[in-house]
Amino acid sequence: MDGYLYYPGCTLKTKASDYEESAMAVMEALDAPLVEMDDWYCCGAVQSLAADDIMHQIAPIRTLICAQEQGEREVVTLCDMCYNVLKRANLWMREHPDDLDTMNEFLDEDPDYEGNVEVYHLFEILRERKDDVKKRVKHKLDGLTVAPYYGCMLLRPSEVAIDDTENPSIMEGLLESIGADVLDNPKRTECCGSYHVVNRPDIVERRVEELVSRMGEMGADVIALSCPLCQYNLDSYQRSTGYDIPVLYLTELIALAFGLEAGLHKHRVDPGIMLKERGVLER
Amino acid sequence: MKVQRGAKERAFIDKVEELSEQSVNACIRCGTCSAGCPFVQDMDELPERIFKRIILGDTEGILRQNTMWICAACYTCSVRCPRDIDIAKIMEAVRQIVLRDNVDMVDVEHVERIKDLPQLAVVGCFRKETG
Repeated sequence: MDGYLYYPGCTLKTKASDYEESAMAVMEALDAPLVEMDDWYCCGAVQSLAADDIMHQIAPIRTLICAQEQGEREVVTLCDMCYNVLKRANLWMREHPDDLDTMNEFLDEDPDYEGNVEVYHLFEILRERKDDVKKRVKHKLDGLTVAPYYGCMLLRPSEVAIDDTENPSIMEGLLESIGADVLDNPKRTECCGSYHVVNRPDIVERRVEELVSRMGEMGADVIALSCPLCQYNLDSYQRSTGYDIPVLYLTELIALAFGLEAGLHKHRVDPGIMLKERGVLER
Repeated sequence: MKVQRGAKERAFIDKVEELSEQSVNACIRCGTCSAGCPFVQDMDELPERIFKRIILGDTEGILRQNTMWICAACYTCSVRCPRDIDIAKIMEAVRQIVLRDNVDMVDVEHVERIKDLPQLAVVGCFRKETG
Protein backbone atom coordinates (compact mmCIF):
# COMPACT_ATOMS: atom_id res chain seq x y z
CA MET A 1 0.00 0.00 0.00
CA ASP A 2 1.08 3.53 -0.73
CA GLY A 3 1.26 5.23 2.65
CA TYR A 4 -0.02 3.86 5.97
CA LEU A 5 -3.18 2.12 7.10
CA TYR A 6 -4.79 4.52 9.57
CA TYR A 7 -7.02 3.69 12.54
CA PRO A 8 -8.89 6.82 13.68
CA GLY A 9 -10.83 5.79 16.80
CA CYS A 10 -13.90 7.64 18.05
CA THR A 11 -12.56 11.07 19.02
CA LEU A 12 -10.52 11.85 15.90
CA LYS A 13 -13.72 12.04 13.86
CA THR A 14 -15.36 14.54 16.19
CA LYS A 15 -13.72 16.56 18.98
CA ALA A 16 -10.20 16.04 17.65
CA SER A 17 -10.89 16.56 13.94
CA ASP A 18 -8.17 19.25 13.95
CA TYR A 19 -5.68 16.50 14.66
CA GLU A 20 -6.93 14.21 11.89
CA GLU A 21 -7.08 17.05 9.36
CA SER A 22 -3.57 18.29 10.11
CA ALA A 23 -2.03 14.80 10.31
CA MET A 24 -3.61 13.86 6.96
CA ALA A 25 -2.29 17.06 5.37
CA VAL A 26 1.22 16.59 6.77
CA MET A 27 1.49 12.95 5.71
CA GLU A 28 0.13 13.78 2.24
CA ALA A 29 2.82 16.46 1.93
CA LEU A 30 5.44 13.85 2.91
CA ASP A 31 4.16 11.49 0.16
CA ALA A 32 3.15 8.98 2.80
CA PRO A 33 -0.63 9.41 3.05
CA LEU A 34 -2.74 8.01 5.87
CA VAL A 35 -5.36 5.69 4.40
CA GLU A 36 -8.30 5.06 6.70
CA MET A 37 -9.20 1.43 7.40
CA ASP A 38 -12.25 0.06 5.56
CA ASP A 39 -13.77 -0.95 8.88
CA TRP A 40 -12.87 -0.34 12.53
CA TYR A 41 -14.28 -0.31 16.07
CA CYS A 42 -13.84 1.95 19.12
CA CYS A 43 -10.89 0.56 21.09
CA GLY A 44 -12.45 1.07 24.52
CA ALA A 45 -10.13 3.96 25.45
CA VAL A 46 -8.51 2.26 28.46
CA GLN A 47 -6.71 -1.06 28.47
CA SER A 48 -8.28 -3.77 30.54
CA LEU A 49 -5.85 -4.46 33.39
CA ALA A 50 -7.47 -7.47 35.03
CA ALA A 51 -5.94 -10.77 33.90
CA ASP A 52 -9.28 -12.53 33.45
CA ASP A 53 -10.97 -9.71 31.54
CA ILE A 54 -10.56 -10.90 27.97
CA MET A 55 -14.00 -9.56 27.07
CA HIS A 56 -12.71 -5.98 27.04
CA GLN A 57 -9.91 -6.90 24.65
CA ILE A 58 -12.36 -7.92 21.94
CA ALA A 59 -12.81 -4.42 20.50
CA PRO A 60 -9.12 -3.69 19.86
CA ILE A 61 -8.50 -7.20 18.53
CA ARG A 62 -11.45 -6.95 16.12
CA THR A 63 -9.86 -3.79 14.75
CA LEU A 64 -6.57 -5.65 14.28
CA ILE A 65 -8.50 -8.41 12.48
CA CYS A 66 -9.88 -5.71 10.13
CA ALA A 67 -6.29 -4.61 9.37
CA GLN A 68 -5.23 -8.21 8.81
CA GLU A 69 -8.15 -8.79 6.44
CA GLN A 70 -7.16 -5.72 4.43
CA GLY A 71 -3.87 -7.51 3.90
CA GLU A 72 -1.84 -5.07 5.97
CA ARG A 73 0.81 -5.75 8.59
CA GLU A 74 1.00 -2.23 10.03
CA VAL A 75 -1.63 0.08 11.47
CA VAL A 76 -1.01 3.66 12.57
CA THR A 77 -2.93 5.55 15.26
CA LEU A 78 -2.95 9.25 16.05
CA CYS A 79 -4.72 9.10 19.43
CA ASP A 80 -2.46 8.17 22.35
CA MET A 81 -5.15 6.20 24.14
CA CYS A 82 -5.98 4.17 21.01
CA TYR A 83 -2.27 3.52 20.51
CA ASN A 84 -1.87 2.28 24.08
CA VAL A 85 -4.94 0.02 23.99
CA LEU A 86 -4.31 -1.52 20.54
CA LYS A 87 -0.63 -2.07 21.26
CA ARG A 88 -1.21 -3.65 24.66
CA ALA A 89 -4.08 -5.86 23.50
CA ASN A 90 -1.85 -7.05 20.65
CA LEU A 91 1.03 -7.83 23.03
CA TRP A 92 -1.30 -9.57 25.47
CA MET A 93 -2.57 -11.94 22.77
CA ARG A 94 0.95 -12.73 21.59
CA GLU A 95 2.04 -13.51 25.14
CA HIS A 96 -1.15 -15.42 26.05
CA PRO A 97 -1.91 -17.83 23.18
CA ASP A 98 -4.64 -19.53 25.23
CA ASP A 99 -6.50 -16.23 25.54
CA LEU A 100 -6.10 -15.68 21.80
CA ASP A 101 -7.62 -19.13 21.16
CA THR A 102 -10.54 -18.27 23.45
CA MET A 103 -11.06 -14.98 21.66
CA ASN A 104 -10.87 -16.49 18.18
CA GLU A 105 -13.39 -19.13 19.20
CA PHE A 106 -15.71 -16.48 20.62
CA LEU A 107 -15.44 -14.30 17.50
CA ASP A 108 -16.70 -17.14 15.36
CA GLU A 109 -18.07 -14.86 12.64
CA ASP A 110 -14.70 -13.13 12.21
CA PRO A 111 -11.56 -14.67 10.75
CA ASP A 112 -9.03 -15.75 13.41
CA TYR A 113 -6.53 -13.12 14.50
CA GLU A 114 -3.06 -14.37 13.68
CA GLY A 115 -1.16 -11.85 15.78
CA ASN A 116 0.91 -10.47 12.91
CA VAL A 117 -0.23 -6.84 12.79
CA GLU A 118 2.11 -4.21 14.25
CA VAL A 119 0.69 -1.08 15.90
CA TYR A 120 2.46 2.26 15.53
CA HIS A 121 1.84 5.79 16.71
CA LEU A 122 2.15 8.56 14.13
CA PHE A 123 5.11 10.09 16.00
CA GLU A 124 7.14 6.92 15.38
CA ILE A 125 6.52 7.31 11.63
CA LEU A 126 7.43 11.01 11.76
CA ARG A 127 10.61 10.22 13.70
CA GLU A 128 11.68 7.88 10.88
CA ARG A 129 10.98 10.66 8.38
CA LYS A 130 12.50 13.52 10.33
CA ASP A 131 14.84 14.47 7.49
CA ASP A 132 11.92 14.63 5.07
CA VAL A 133 10.03 16.81 7.56
CA LYS A 134 12.98 19.18 7.73
CA LYS A 135 13.29 19.36 3.94
CA ARG A 136 9.60 20.12 3.48
CA VAL A 137 9.60 23.15 5.84
CA LYS A 138 8.58 26.39 4.12
CA HIS A 139 8.39 28.71 7.10
CA LYS A 140 10.50 27.87 10.12
CA LEU A 141 8.69 28.45 13.39
CA ASP A 142 11.60 30.35 14.92
CA GLY A 143 10.53 32.79 17.56
CA LEU A 144 7.73 30.47 18.72
CA THR A 145 8.51 28.81 22.06
CA VAL A 146 6.82 25.40 22.18
CA ALA A 147 6.42 23.25 25.29
CA PRO A 148 6.24 19.58 24.27
CA TYR A 149 3.83 17.56 26.41
CA TYR A 150 3.74 13.75 26.24
CA GLY A 151 1.35 12.78 29.02
CA CYS A 152 1.13 9.07 29.87
CA MET A 153 -0.04 6.79 27.11
CA LEU A 154 2.88 7.17 24.68
CA LEU A 155 5.43 6.41 27.39
CA ARG A 156 3.91 4.02 29.88
CA PRO A 157 3.96 1.15 30.59
CA SER A 158 7.51 0.62 29.31
CA GLU A 159 6.64 -2.32 27.02
CA VAL A 160 4.66 0.03 24.76
CA ALA A 161 6.75 3.20 25.19
CA ILE A 162 7.65 4.94 21.93
CA ASP A 163 10.60 6.62 23.70
CA ASP A 164 12.47 6.75 27.02
CA THR A 165 9.78 6.65 29.75
CA GLU A 166 11.43 9.33 31.89
CA ASN A 167 13.38 11.38 29.37
CA PRO A 168 11.68 11.31 25.98
CA SER A 169 12.94 13.38 23.05
CA ILE A 170 10.83 12.39 20.04
CA MET A 171 8.72 15.57 20.10
CA GLU A 172 11.71 17.79 20.82
CA GLY A 173 13.46 16.39 17.75
CA LEU A 174 10.47 17.00 15.50
CA LEU A 175 9.95 20.52 16.86
CA GLU A 176 13.60 21.33 16.21
CA SER A 177 13.29 20.06 12.66
CA ILE A 178 10.52 22.62 11.99
CA GLY A 179 12.63 25.38 13.52
CA ALA A 180 10.62 26.00 16.71
CA ASP A 181 12.25 27.09 19.97
CA VAL A 182 11.77 24.07 22.23
CA LEU A 183 11.12 24.52 25.93
CA ASP A 184 12.80 22.02 28.25
CA ASN A 185 9.50 21.14 29.87
CA PRO A 186 9.92 19.37 33.26
CA LYS A 187 6.18 18.55 33.38
CA ARG A 188 6.03 16.83 30.01
CA THR A 189 5.47 13.28 31.25
CA GLU A 190 3.04 14.01 34.11
CA CYS A 191 -0.62 12.95 33.90
CA CYS A 192 -3.22 15.64 33.12
CA GLY A 193 -5.96 13.97 35.17
CA SER A 194 -7.29 11.86 32.29
CA TYR A 195 -10.91 10.61 32.40
CA HIS A 196 -11.52 12.20 35.81
CA VAL A 197 -12.75 15.16 33.78
CA VAL A 198 -16.07 13.28 33.52
CA ASN A 199 -17.01 13.18 37.19
CA ARG A 200 -14.10 14.76 39.14
CA PRO A 201 -13.18 17.85 37.11
CA ASP A 202 -11.73 19.36 40.30
CA ILE A 203 -8.89 16.81 40.10
CA VAL A 204 -8.20 17.71 36.48
CA GLU A 205 -8.24 21.40 37.34
CA ARG A 206 -5.58 20.90 40.02
CA ARG A 207 -3.41 18.80 37.71
CA VAL A 208 -3.72 21.23 34.81
CA GLU A 209 -3.01 24.20 37.06
CA GLU A 210 0.26 22.61 38.15
CA LEU A 211 1.27 21.72 34.59
CA VAL A 212 0.23 24.86 32.73
CA SER A 213 1.39 27.36 35.34
CA ARG A 214 4.88 25.81 35.27
CA MET A 215 4.98 25.88 31.46
CA GLY A 216 3.68 29.45 31.53
CA GLU A 217 6.33 30.59 34.04
CA MET A 218 9.00 29.08 31.81
CA GLY A 219 7.80 31.09 28.84
CA ALA A 220 5.76 28.67 26.72
CA ASP A 221 3.95 30.37 23.84
CA VAL A 222 2.08 27.19 22.92
CA ILE A 223 1.87 23.60 24.17
CA ALA A 224 2.27 20.75 21.64
CA LEU A 225 0.85 17.25 22.18
CA SER A 226 -1.02 14.41 20.53
CA CYS A 227 -3.57 13.00 22.98
CA PRO A 228 -7.09 14.35 22.40
CA LEU A 229 -7.95 13.90 26.08
CA CYS A 230 -4.85 15.80 27.26
CA GLN A 231 -5.71 18.47 24.67
CA TYR A 232 -9.22 18.87 26.05
CA ASN A 233 -8.09 18.96 29.68
CA LEU A 234 -5.18 21.37 29.22
CA ASP A 235 -7.17 23.63 26.91
CA SER A 236 -10.36 23.74 28.98
CA TYR A 237 -9.03 23.74 32.56
CA GLN A 238 -6.21 26.29 32.54
CA ARG A 239 -8.46 29.27 33.38
CA SER A 240 -7.38 29.35 37.03
CA THR A 241 -3.70 29.74 36.06
CA GLY A 242 -4.20 33.20 34.59
CA TYR A 243 -2.49 31.98 31.43
CA ASP A 244 -4.13 31.54 28.04
CA ILE A 245 -1.71 29.17 26.34
CA PRO A 246 -2.92 27.57 23.09
CA VAL A 247 -2.79 23.77 23.23
CA LEU A 248 -2.07 22.42 19.74
CA TYR A 249 -1.54 19.06 18.15
CA LEU A 250 2.07 18.71 17.02
CA THR A 251 0.80 18.04 13.49
CA GLU A 252 -0.92 21.45 13.44
CA LEU A 253 2.48 23.05 14.07
CA ILE A 254 4.14 20.91 11.40
CA ALA A 255 1.35 21.86 8.96
CA LEU A 256 2.01 25.54 9.72
CA ALA A 257 5.71 25.07 9.04
CA PHE A 258 4.84 23.33 5.75
CA GLY A 259 2.64 26.27 4.79
CA LEU A 260 -0.52 24.15 4.84
CA GLU A 261 -3.90 25.26 6.09
CA ALA A 262 -5.04 22.48 8.42
CA GLY A 263 -6.60 22.30 11.87
CA LEU A 264 -6.65 25.21 14.32
CA HIS A 265 -10.47 25.38 14.31
CA LYS A 266 -11.63 23.82 17.54
CA HIS A 267 -9.43 25.14 20.32
CA ARG A 268 -10.89 27.00 23.29
CA VAL A 269 -7.81 29.18 23.60
CA ASP A 270 -7.62 30.80 20.17
CA PRO A 271 -4.16 30.05 18.78
CA GLY A 272 -4.49 32.82 16.17
CA ILE A 273 -3.53 35.63 18.54
CA MET A 274 -0.26 34.07 19.70
CA LEU A 275 0.66 32.73 16.26
CA LYS A 276 0.21 36.20 14.73
CA GLU A 277 2.12 37.82 17.56
CA ARG A 278 5.08 35.51 16.92
CA GLY A 279 4.90 35.98 13.16
CA VAL A 280 3.91 32.36 12.46
CA LEU A 281 0.58 33.44 10.99
CA GLU A 282 0.39 36.64 9.00
CA ARG A 283 -0.98 39.54 10.98
CA MET B 1 3.91 -7.19 64.78
CA LYS B 2 2.18 -10.47 64.09
CA VAL B 3 0.21 -10.62 60.88
CA GLN B 4 -3.00 -12.58 61.27
CA ARG B 5 -5.00 -13.46 58.24
CA GLY B 6 -8.26 -15.33 58.40
CA ALA B 7 -9.94 -17.06 55.46
CA LYS B 8 -11.66 -13.84 54.39
CA GLU B 9 -8.43 -11.85 54.38
CA ARG B 10 -6.56 -14.62 52.56
CA ALA B 11 -9.31 -14.79 49.91
CA PHE B 12 -9.04 -11.05 49.31
CA ILE B 13 -5.26 -11.17 48.89
CA ASP B 14 -5.58 -14.17 46.54
CA LYS B 15 -8.17 -12.34 44.42
CA VAL B 16 -6.00 -9.23 44.15
CA GLU B 17 -3.02 -11.36 43.11
CA GLU B 18 -5.08 -13.41 40.66
CA LEU B 19 -6.57 -10.39 38.90
CA SER B 20 -3.35 -8.36 38.86
CA GLU B 21 -0.88 -11.23 38.34
CA GLN B 22 1.36 -9.40 40.82
CA SER B 23 2.80 -10.55 44.13
CA VAL B 24 1.83 -8.06 46.83
CA ASN B 25 4.47 -9.48 49.18
CA ALA B 26 7.19 -8.30 46.80
CA CYS B 27 6.58 -4.75 48.08
CA ILE B 28 9.37 -3.43 50.30
CA ARG B 29 7.33 -0.34 51.21
CA CYS B 30 9.98 2.06 49.93
CA GLY B 31 7.31 4.63 49.03
CA THR B 32 8.52 5.32 45.49
CA CYS B 33 4.96 4.79 44.21
CA SER B 34 3.57 7.44 46.54
CA ALA B 35 6.46 9.85 45.95
CA GLY B 36 5.86 9.96 42.21
CA CYS B 37 2.05 9.75 42.15
CA PRO B 38 0.55 12.95 40.72
CA PHE B 39 -2.75 12.32 42.51
CA VAL B 40 -1.74 11.83 46.15
CA GLN B 41 -3.25 15.10 47.32
CA ASP B 42 -6.70 13.79 46.42
CA MET B 43 -6.18 10.34 47.95
CA ASP B 44 -7.38 9.39 51.44
CA GLU B 45 -4.33 7.20 51.78
CA LEU B 46 -1.08 6.87 49.85
CA PRO B 47 -0.73 3.92 47.41
CA GLU B 48 2.02 2.49 49.61
CA ARG B 49 -0.38 2.46 52.61
CA ILE B 50 -2.91 0.55 50.51
CA PHE B 51 -0.20 -2.04 49.90
CA LYS B 52 0.25 -2.43 53.62
CA ARG B 53 -3.49 -2.98 54.06
CA ILE B 54 -3.51 -5.57 51.26
CA ILE B 55 -0.60 -7.45 52.82
CA LEU B 56 -2.48 -7.44 56.13
CA GLY B 57 -5.66 -8.50 54.35
CA ASP B 58 -7.49 -5.45 55.73
CA THR B 59 -10.31 -5.67 53.18
CA GLU B 60 -12.75 -3.36 54.94
CA GLY B 61 -10.05 -0.78 55.61
CA ILE B 62 -9.06 -0.69 51.94
CA LEU B 63 -12.60 -0.38 50.69
CA ARG B 64 -13.17 2.68 52.91
CA GLN B 65 -10.37 4.53 51.07
CA ASN B 66 -10.83 6.43 47.83
CA THR B 67 -7.26 5.72 46.65
CA MET B 68 -8.10 3.19 43.93
CA TRP B 69 -10.78 5.48 42.48
CA ILE B 70 -8.42 8.47 42.34
CA CYS B 71 -5.74 6.39 40.59
CA ALA B 72 -6.16 7.09 36.87
CA ALA B 73 -3.78 4.30 35.77
CA CYS B 74 -1.14 6.78 34.54
CA TYR B 75 1.52 4.12 35.24
CA THR B 76 4.06 6.46 36.81
CA CYS B 77 4.34 4.17 39.85
CA SER B 78 4.45 1.01 37.73
CA VAL B 79 7.45 2.16 35.66
CA ARG B 80 9.34 3.38 38.76
CA CYS B 81 8.77 0.54 41.23
CA PRO B 82 12.21 -0.91 42.12
CA ARG B 83 10.55 -4.29 42.69
CA ASP B 84 8.87 -4.23 39.26
CA ILE B 85 5.40 -4.44 40.74
CA ASP B 86 2.76 -3.21 38.31
CA ILE B 87 0.93 -1.13 40.91
CA ALA B 88 -1.62 0.14 38.40
CA LYS B 89 -2.76 -3.48 38.03
CA ILE B 90 -3.08 -3.85 41.80
CA MET B 91 -5.30 -0.76 41.88
CA GLU B 92 -7.36 -2.16 39.01
CA ALA B 93 -7.78 -5.45 40.87
CA VAL B 94 -9.15 -3.64 43.93
CA ARG B 95 -11.49 -1.59 41.71
CA GLN B 96 -12.68 -4.75 39.96
CA ILE B 97 -13.42 -6.51 43.25
CA VAL B 98 -15.82 -3.66 44.11
CA LEU B 99 -17.30 -3.19 40.61
CA ARG B 100 -18.02 -6.89 40.13
CA ASP B 101 -20.61 -6.64 42.89
CA ASN B 102 -22.60 -4.63 40.35
CA VAL B 103 -21.52 -1.29 41.78
CA ASP B 104 -21.22 1.91 39.75
CA MET B 105 -18.96 4.71 40.92
CA VAL B 106 -20.21 7.15 38.31
CA ASP B 107 -23.85 8.03 37.68
CA VAL B 108 -23.99 7.39 33.94
CA GLU B 109 -27.36 9.08 33.53
CA HIS B 110 -26.28 12.35 35.09
CA VAL B 111 -22.93 13.38 33.70
CA GLU B 112 -22.73 17.14 33.42
CA ARG B 113 -21.60 18.64 30.10
CA ILE B 114 -21.53 15.18 28.52
CA LYS B 115 -21.92 16.64 25.02
CA ASP B 116 -18.87 18.86 25.52
CA LEU B 117 -16.63 16.03 26.64
CA PRO B 118 -14.42 14.14 24.20
CA GLN B 119 -15.70 10.60 23.61
CA LEU B 120 -12.57 8.90 24.89
CA ALA B 121 -13.01 10.57 28.31
CA VAL B 122 -16.55 9.24 28.67
CA VAL B 123 -15.70 5.76 27.41
CA GLY B 124 -12.61 5.63 29.63
CA CYS B 125 -14.43 6.79 32.76
CA PHE B 126 -17.35 4.39 32.29
CA ARG B 127 -14.96 1.51 31.68
CA LYS B 128 -13.05 2.29 34.87
CA GLU B 129 -15.95 3.11 37.15
CA THR B 130 -18.97 1.00 36.22
CA GLY B 131 -19.65 -2.59 37.16
